[in-house]
Amino acid sequence: MFELVTIVLLLSMMITLYRFLKGPTLGDRVVAFDVMNIMGVSLLVLLALYFQRSLYLDIALVFGLIGFLGTTIFGRYIEKGI
Amino acid sequence: MVYLGYIFIFFGVMAFMVSAIGLVRMPDIYTRMHAGTKATTMGIILVILGAICMEPSWAWKLILLAIFILLTNPLSSSVIARASHSDGATLESDELKEVQK
Repeated sequence: MFELVTIVLLLSMMITLYRFLKGPTLGDRVVAFDVMNIMGVSLLVLLALYFQRSLYLDIALVFGLIGFLGTTIFGRYIEKGI
Repeated sequence: MVYLGYIFIFFGVMAFMVSAIGLVRMPDIYTRMHAGTKATTMGIILVILGAICMEPSWAWKLILLAIFILLTNPLSSSVIARASHSDGATLESDELKEVQK
């Protein structure tokens, strides 16, 4: 069951990666990056359930924090430049 | 309780799939953001709820993660929308502008 759910999640990450590579403007790529961050946090929660280790939840929290900072900094870059 | 967790996780991953398909199919950036933010928040809340059902002793860390996602996800989408609007992104079919002509 976990294998099926993980395969569906990785398939949706692949579809999002298509938008990330193709997206016409920079904003589309940043939206796809944000969505892939949230999917990565969800993948880490599923890995924590699969391996029965609660350490991965801390990694998921830090991953979410770094992803939020990256999205905010890219937004500021689109708006004002470096 | 474990089967309830499986059902929650399955529907959460389906919400992720809907978000990815909407991100590919939508015409311009604002509608893509609509598909990419709301469905993703729904999906991760359902996955975390299923994980709480499967492992009740991890509940505090998972609730902290859910509160963190609920606080930061609308904020980052608002930042991207504001930035791309000031960058000059337009709607694909702007009906208000067609009426004003």
